[in-house]
Amino acid sequence: MAVPANVGSSDQQAGAVAGCPFHHGAASAYPMPRDYPLDPPPPLADLRKDQPISRVRLWNGQEAWLATRYDDVRALLTDPRVSADTTRPDFPGHSPGMSLVRSRYRTFMSMDPPDHTLHRRMLTAEFTVRRIDQLRTRIQEIVDQRIEAMLDKGPPAELVEDLALALPSLIICDLLGIPYEDQDFFQSRAAIIASSNTSPEKAAEVTRELCDGYLGDLIDRKSADPQDDLLSRVIVAQFRSGNLDRHGLISVARQLLVAGHETSANTIAMGVLALLEHPDQLKALKDDPSLLNGAVEEILRYVDVAHAGRRRIALADIEIGGCLIRKGDGIIAHNPSANRDARAFDDPDRFDIRRDARHHVAFGFGVHQCLGQPLARAELQAVFGTLFKRIPALRLAVPVSALKFKDDMFVYGVDSLPIAW
Amino acid sequence: MKVLIDQAKCCGAGQCVLVASAVFDQREEDGVVFLLNPEPPPEQFEAVRQAQRICPALAIEVQD
Repeated sequence: MAVPANVGSSDQQAGAVAGCPFHHGAASAYPMPRDYPLDPPPPLADLRKDQPISRVRLWNGQEAWLATRYDDVRALLTDPRVSADTTRPDFPGHSPGMSLVRSRYRTFMSMDPPDHTLHRRMLTAEFTVRRIDQLRTRIQEIVDQRIEAMLDKGPPAELVEDLALALPSLIICDLLGIPYEDQDFFQSRAAIIASSNTSPEKAAEVTRELCDGYLGDLIDRKSADPQDDLLSRVIVAQFRSGNLDRHGLISVARQLLVAGHETSANTIAMGVLALLEHPDQLKALKDDPSLLNGAVEEILRYVDVAHAGRRRIALADIEIGGCLIRKGDGIIAHNPSANRDARAFDDPDRFDIRRDARHHVAFGFGVHQCLGQPLARAELQAVFGTLFKRIPALRLAVPVSALKFKDDMFVYGVDSLPIAW
Repeated sequence: MKVLIDQAKCCGAGQCVLVASAVFDQREEDGVVFLLNPEPPPEQFEAVRQAQRICPALAIEVQD
């Protein structure tokens, strides 16, 4: 792999502005380890206090800026001098696999305005609040069926496979028009691509198999015979008019397929864990269903599974927090850290479903904020409005210390959540 | 209170509709914001201010 140009920061690069809180120490290794699975890594709290803009060293030896405060994260993510273009040299990728898919199978997520605006708006009609509201009946039906199935066969049950992953997978398959039987195939491939332990060669191989093979065939079938589904509608509206080519369609399909199930699935599982770990909060939710929507926002804030942070690159010199970010420097705007910033949330490490958490940045901020957030909210509201009502005695079947968490994945979560009642 | 929106900036995230559905709506064809009521009554003020705070594209302006 080519060594990025900014390996090994010098004093000219880091902290060129007098008074920069960071201009002497070495860059911290990133990502940082967690102490407790429901809290972000503890060093982030120290950084928020003393070095809100700091330097970190990534998996490939490259260095990047890390922003940890709420205001700085929002400022960077709305700054037109900050780019999401993954094809730029030295873009700070999460892992070989994610760098590959984000640059070779580019979608609006890796574009800047005006291209971003054009490409995102090819899809926004599908994810409006009104369109997603029309899916609520179907979402509730799946939640009810899945919970009844768990009750029939258990206890015990395994919450991730039986409910947390099944619900968003079924919905995104419905929406895109992808056979649900294929979910084992694409989920296993997506997991290999998203792991920081996957080699660049393996990532390239699996990406070709998923994108050019599987999704390419799917796009061809839908082009020949469009159905009543999202991908067919995009093909008819954008492919036939020349706005998107076949490769562009494959990229969009991959993006929606992966984004559509991983984040929601992991938030459901981690949200269940958060409630079980805070029995007073769980009791409050059971006693008062009107707390549901606020509880979902607090779960999003508190568990924020997008633990890789928002990756960006500077298009110009930017002064922030007394530091000078140079043109071409990589930037990580750390949303989970921002969500634990006491400047934005009182007593931020407390899980409190009654707080107003609505301004959290779990979906990111700026024009790249999650396109599918109305869908994610609808799924989370259905799960947390039903699960503990239907299974009030639900509990973990193993100690938390026996659970395996997804520290190495692009999206954080738990591998499995054995439950009983 | 007068509400102004910038449709060119809007990214269709739908946050404003979720917190102030009497004031904001999304266009059917592309999810871009439009105003249902550019001069909302006082009982809507707080929701509108929250919509302004959480709009990810900074596309909402409020004049008092």
